[in-house]
Parts: sequence; C-alpha cells; structure tokens
Amino acid sequence: MSATTMSGDFGLEQPVDRAPKEVPLGDSITSQPVAEVVAEPAKEKKMEKTAALPSGVPFGEKFNTFLRAVLPPTLGMLILIGIWYVATHKGGSIPGPVQTWDAAVTLFADPFYRNGPNDQGIGWNILSSLQRVGIGFGFAALVGIPLGFILGRSAFLSAMINPIISLLRPVSPLAWLPIGLLVFKKADPAATYTIFICSIWPMIMNTAQGVQRVPQDYLNVARVLALSEWKVVTKILFPAVLPYMLTGIRLSIGTAWLVIVAAEMLTGGVGIGFWVWDEWNNLKVEHIIIAIFVIGIVGLILEQSLILLAKKLTKESS
Amino acid sequence: MEKFVSIEKVGQTFETKKGKFVALRDIDLGIKQGEFIALIGHSGCGKSTLLNLIAGLTRPTTGVLLCDGREIAGPGPERAVVFQNHSLLPWLTCFENVYLAVERVFGAKEGKAKLKERTAAAINLVGLDHASSKYPHEISGGMKQRVGIARALSMQPKVLLMDEPFGALDALTRAKLQDELMKICEATKATTVMVTHDVDEAVLLSDRIVMMTNGPAATIGEILEVKLPRPRDRLTLAHDPAYIDCRAAVLEFLYEKQAHVEKIAA
Repeated sequence: MSATTMSGDFGLEQPVDRAPKEVPLGDSITSQPVAEVVAEPAKEKKMEKTAALPSGVPFGEKFNTFLRAVLPPTLGMLILIGIWYVATHKGGSIPGPVQTWDAAVTLFADPFYRNGPNDQGIGWNILSSLQRVGIGFGFAALVGIPLGFILGRSAFLSAMINPIISLLRPVSPLAWLPIGLLVFKKADPAATYTIFICSIWPMIMNTAQGVQRVPQDYLNVARVLALSEWKVVTKILFPAVLPYMLTGIRLSIGTAWLVIVAAEMLTGGVGIGFWVWDEWNNLKVEHIIIAIFVIGIVGLILEQSLILLAKKLTKESS
Repeated sequence: MEKFVSIEKVGQTFETKKGKFVALRDIDLGIKQGEFIALIGHSGCGKSTLLNLIAGLTRPTTGVLLCDGREIAGPGPERAVVFQNHSLLPWLTCFENVYLAVERVFGAKEGKAKLKERTAAAINLVGLDHASSKYPHEISGGMKQRVGIARALSMQPKVLLMDEPFGALDALTRAKLQDELMKICEATKATTVMVTHDVDEAVLLSDRIVMMTNGPAATIGEILEVKLPRPRDRLTLAHDPAYIDCRAAVLEFLYEKQAHVEKIAA
C-alpha cells in the first residue's frame, strides 16, 4: 500500500496532475451565488407546490401524482445503470453494476472496522471527511457571515475589500493547500484550512449582497422609529438577510464537499478522498465506483437538508 | 393658533448623473396643530420629497424645517410616517410590528404589560383585533395599510405623515379607510400631512389642500382652505355646493393651470 507515502507532505507528485481537473468544477460552483440568489425563492416555491399533495383527492389521483413524482427519476436511474451494464458486460477494466453491488454489500457489512491508521472502514472515512468539512465550514461561517454584514453595511470597506475577493475567489482552493501545509506543518489542519478558504467566499458575498438588498422601506421604518443599532440588526437586518445567508451556506457546503475529496487525495490520512486514492493504488475499481456514489449521496443529503432548513427558517418571511 | 410645523424657504436639489436636479424650490408653509393638510399635484411634482423632508428622512438643500419650535434634523418617532406600501416587517406579526414601535417610544418608561396594552389599543383603533396575531402576508392590502396606520398612531406622534397611504387600494376599501382615518384624526386631534393624487380624498379629509406646481423645480401653487364642517359625510357632501366648489377648484388647478406636461417632458 502506498498509504504511508501519500500522507503528510510527501507523495505529492502522483496526484498533482489530478488536481487541476478539480479546478473548473469547484470554481463553477463558487461563481454562481449571485445569480442563484435571485432565482432561488421562486424555484423553491414551485417545488413546494408540486410536492404538496392536496388532501381529500381520490386515491387514483393521488397515485397518479405519486407516479408522476417517482417514475421519471427511477427511469433515469435505471437507464443510467443499463448503460453502465451494457458498456461493461463484455469485461474490461471497469466493473459492472453487479460486481460493484457485490463489493458494496461486503464493504457496508462492516463500515466501522479499524486495522491501523491507513486501513479503516468506509464509515470512518466518510465521518472524518465530514468532520473536516464541518470544522472548516464552521470557521468560514464564523468569519464570513460577520464580514459579509460589515461589507454590506459599509460602502467604503466594500470598495476596499471587493477587489481582493474578486482576485482570490477564482483561485482553486487546492492552490492554497501548500500554504496550509507550510503553516500548519500537518496534513489534517491543512485540509481543513482548504475547506475554510473555499467555503468563505460564497458566505461573504451572499451575506453582503443580502445586506445591500434589504429593502429601503424597512430601513426607513428603522429610521423613523429611531431604532437602536441592536434592534436594527436583530429585528430588520438579520431576518431580511437570512435567506441570502442560507443560500451562501448551501453553496459553501456544496463546494466544501467537492473540495474535500481532492484535498484528501493530496494530503492522505483518513477520509473519503484518500480512500478513493488508496483503492486506486490497490486497483479495487469497484470501490472507486462505490465511493463516487457515496460522495454523491452524502453531497445530496447535505444540500437537501440545508434546503429544508432554509425553507423552515424563511417560511414566515415569505 | 401658531404654526406647529413650519417650512421656511425650503429647496431640494439632487445630484444626478446628468447634473443637478432641482426638485423643490421656495417652499413656505405653516401647519397649525391638529390641522389636516393634503399635498396634491401631478406625479413627479415632489410631494413625496416634501413629505420626506418633514419626516427628516432627507435634509433640505436650502431653508429650514421646524417642528414644535425645533429644527427637524433627522427622522424620529414624534413624526410618524405611514408609508405608501405599508412597509410592515414580513417576519413579525401585526402585533409585533406595532409593538416594535410602541416599545421604542414608551419602553423606557413603561412595563411590558402597559406596552402590550398600548399595542392592543392601537390595533383596536383600526379595527384589526382579529388579525393581530397574523403575519402581513396573511392579510389583505387594506388591512396591512391599517396596521401601518396603527403602528404610526401607536407612537402618539406630534405629526402624522402619510405618503399616498391608500394609493394601492381599491376604491371601496379606500373609502372605508378614509372614513376610519377621519374618525381617528377627530379622536386623536393628530396633526396630519397626507400626500395624495386623489382630489375627492383631499377635499373630504383636509382642512387645507396644498396644490403643487409641476416639477422640476416644483413649488406651492395654491392653497385651498376647505371650509366644510366636521364630521363630514361623503354622501351628504356629494351634493354640497361648497364641496363641489372645492373639488372644482382643485380640478381646475390640476388640469388647467398645471396641465400634465409629462408627454412634453418625456
């Protein structure tokens, strides 16, 4: 196993050519927030309408609605698996759905085993990736959201900081990894720090935009009532900015989850990204495909739970 | 009676991309305590600008505004504003929206129970007891505007400023709210300045109608005193010669002396 050479500051040569591929991916997501902010509320409302089943409709109609909601995605999935099956059934280096399923069953039978630091169950790998994302993301929220508020409130500071953000935002978070390794001397905090860097931009920008878009009417109310700054923040700014903030958080966590896989490939240790690379070195291609699904599913859950949270929190302000 | 609100030689100039834009010039107006003033004129004549100046939301380029003998240096709860689009905070219930104002004005001196009592009284005044725990998006436009009025009145302002408060409402709701407003003003003796573009509304409600010339560089064209006894009733007034005269005078000003020039300007 090459795991020992992969961890720490070493073993960077191998995956280096891999890193640039991640760049456009991560970047295209981070550069979206402005447009998405505007589109978001309408989209979510539409979803709500189609999803909500009116009570009191006859069973047949209910069943139809259910069918319409479930059939297309199921069909899509089946077609995907079908293509996968056809493409791989003649053999070759990529395993087919059946082999992958068998491997998955074995793998998930014992997700939490530990055979030393470099051979742990997939459950541990996912959890440690989530932990890194959680910490990096948490710090990014702690710094990014207040900073966004400040930039949104002060035209001067905004004009001062915006060029810096515009310059740094398009940089792939992985480009910061060596700096992280240099500063922290350890792989783990360096990966967390990379997550911090990539999560912070959408949070700053969306929060700042939200603050700038607080309707002037609300601020006029605050002025006429001569509310204290504290009341302005808690009763007007915060609730008005909340939807924007949540959009920033959602975009951040999506990006963070994209980036952590790549970062872990470079830093090693325990984590889903490292696990993918390790299984590549072991030539267990089924496991790589499983990992792709797992990463996708975890990302989906993260995103959906944040959408749910956003809906819950902003219901009354609609 | 002496002037309660005094507007002296006020002018307002805005800096725009195309250079200076003179919105208002040479405005001189005194408002007595308890008086109801309507500001009327074609759109773009600066009536809202003038109201914002009295509110203190904007500062005049030239001249001074005084309220109760003191210069208006900024917005404050003693000059409550009812905004054109109600401007209720959507994340607060009607009660909480009014409470926010009550708490700000009386919170330092009074306990929570008393503040809640005041809030409930203000909501009761506009007849919205049943909607007090609803959110703004759950009630109709007319009700929202009434909450806006309740919020303004709850502060017991020295001056009540209204910026086309009923502009966005249908004619029936508008009539109903006008009647309510008349009663409220009668009861509270509030000094009120209302921006409107509705001639009937102006004549029905006001003691004096301030008619403004067309912008740019708008100023006061004429001031019409409405000498109709109160309480006023819209049905009887409809045939009252004095009412008809007032109405004709305002219409004449708006459509003959200040015929709309928008087409020429545009």
